[in-house]
Amino acid sequence: MNNMIRIDDLVFEYKREDQLEPVHAVNHVSLEIERGSFTAIIGKNGSGKSTLAKNINALLLPSSGAVYVKGFNTADEDKLWDIRQTAGMVFQNPDNQLVSSIVEDDVAFGPENLGVEPEEIRKRVDDSLYSVNMYEERKKAPHLLSGGQKQRIAIAGVIAMHPECIILDEPTAMLDPHGRNEVMEIIHTLHREGITILLITHFMEEAAKADRVIIMDEGKVVLDGTPAEVFGHAEEIKALSLDVPFAVDLVYRLRKRGVKIPESIISTEEMVDYIVCKLK
Amino acid sequence: MIRDITLGQFYPGNSWIHRLDARIKIIWTFVYIISLFLIQSFWGYIPVLVTLGLIIGVSGVPLKFILKGLKPIFLIIVFTFTVNMFMTKGTPLIEIGFLTITEEGLYNAAFMGTRLVLLIIGSSLLTLVTKPINLTDGIEKLLSPWQKLGLPAHELAMMMTIALRFIPTLLEETDKIMKAQMARGADFESGNILNRAKSLIPLLVPLFISAFRIAQDLAMAMEARCYRGGSHRTRMNGMKLKKKDGAAVILMLLYLAVVISQAQGLFGRFI
Repeated sequence: MNNMIRIDDLVFEYKREDQLEPVHAVNHVSLEIERGSFTAIIGKNGSGKSTLAKNINALLLPSSGAVYVKGFNTADEDKLWDIRQTAGMVFQNPDNQLVSSIVEDDVAFGPENLGVEPEEIRKRVDDSLYSVNMYEERKKAPHLLSGGQKQRIAIAGVIAMHPECIILDEPTAMLDPHGRNEVMEIIHTLHREGITILLITHFMEEAAKADRVIIMDEGKVVLDGTPAEVFGHAEEIKALSLDVPFAVDLVYRLRKRGVKIPESIISTEEMVDYIVCKLK
Repeated sequence: MIRDITLGQFYPGNSWIHRLDARIKIIWTFVYIISLFLIQSFWGYIPVLVTLGLIIGVSGVPLKFILKGLKPIFLIIVFTFTVNMFMTKGTPLIEIGFLTITEEGLYNAAFMGTRLVLLIIGSSLLTLVTKPINLTDGIEKLLSPWQKLGLPAHELAMMMTIALRFIPTLLEETDKIMKAQMARGADFESGNILNRAKSLIPLLVPLFISAFRIAQDLAMAMEARCYRGGSHRTRMNGMKLKKKDGAAVILMLLYLAVVISQAQGLFGRFI
C-alpha cells in the first residue's frame, strides 16, 4: 500500500435553497496521493478544493464514490478517529481553530482527545512546539500572537497527534507575506521529515514548489502532474482565470514572441539561473 | 488596545495563594461565603477580617485593585443599607417625615452592608488569584462526581474555556465592525438611549453572524482534531494536590471552626 489517500469517483453534492438541482461541489474525482508526497491543489473559490479536503478528513462524507485514508474507508464510522488522527487538518482562519487561551494547552488538545498518557502528551507538545519554532511562546495567549504564529500553533496542534498526512486548507490565505513564508517553511520541513502533505492554496508560487500540482475547476480535476508539466499548460490555466507563477508567465510570453526558452522553468530562481547561464 | 485586555480580572502573580490548586480555592470560597451567613454579630467579623487580611497580604494583590471590584455593586450596597435602615422596626432614633431610622435599623444596615462587602471581596479574590483556565479546570474536576447524575461537567467546562478563548477574538471583531460602520456614517454615540440602542443594530447583526461563523469553523476544527466529548479525554496537566493544598484545607477547617464556635456563642464569655 503505497497510497496515503485514494479517492474513487468521488461526488459530493449539496442542496442550495435558491436552486432546485443539487450543486455538485466535487464532481467525479478520482485521485491517488502517494505516501510521503507533497501535492498542491489549486482552484478558484468554489472549485471544490476545500470540499475535497474535508471529504478526506471525514468531516464531509461522499454522496457517491469513496475515499480511503491509509486503506480505511471514510464512511466507516469505527475508523473515524483513526482517519482523523492519520490525516490531520489545518484550516484557513488562524483565529477560529485554536481552542485554548494558552498556546501549549491548545497543542495538547488533539493528544488529549486521543487519550494519550499525560507524560507522553507533555513530550509531544514540547516536540511539536520546537518543530514549529514556537517553544518560547508556549505560555502565551493565542490572541497576542501574529497570524503566522497562530497558524504555526495550529500546525503544532496537528503534529502532536502524530499524523502521517497533513491536509492544509489555504493555511496562508489570511497571512501577510512574512507569515506566509514562516508557514511554508514549516510545511516543507515537515514534508522532508516524511509527512505526506496536501496543500490547498491559490498561491501559484507555493504550488510551484510541490512535487505534484492538481488544478481543479467546477468540482473536476482539470490538470494533474508535476509543476513543470502542469504549468506547461499556461494558456489553459489562464483560461480558468487563475494566475500562473511569475516565471511561468514570463516563459509563456517570451515563447510567444519566439524566444527559445525551456518550458520547464517554473520558479524565479530557475529563471535567474537560466538567464545568468545564457549571459556567461 | 483591545489586544491587551486582561481576561476576567486575574491579577498575575506567583504567591503561595496563586499556586494553590484551583479546587481548593473554589471550596475555600464557598466555605467563606457560607461562613458569612453563620455570623450573628459584629464580633463574628473579626476572624473573617483577619483571615481576609492575611490572604490578601500573602497574595500580594493591592488593596486598591480589590476595592475597585466593589465599584459596580456600589449601588446594591447603598440600596441594601438604605432598605435595612428604614425598614427595621424598633426604637426610633431619627424621624424624617414618614421615614423613621431605628437603632436596630442602623445596626442591621451596618451589619448587612459589611456582610455584602465582605462577600464581594472574598469571592472576587478567587478570580483575582486564579487563572481563568485553572478555574474552569477546577470547576470541571469538582463537578465531575455529578456526571453520573447527568450533569455535563466536561461540556460546561469546555464551554467556559472556549468562551474565555474567544472573548478577545470577538472584541476585535466588534472593534472591526464598529469601525467599518462608522466609516459608512454610523453614529454610536449621540442621541437618547432609544436612538443609541437602535444604532447598535448594525453592530449586533454582523457580530452575531460572525460569531456563528466562528462557532462553525471552530466546531469543524475541533472535530478534525478528534474531539468527541469528555469520555475518552486525558489531560496534559492533571491536577495533583500538593502539600500546600493540604495545609490550605487545614487552615480552612480551622477558620470554619472559629467562625462556628463564635456563632454558637462559645467565646461569649470572653468577649
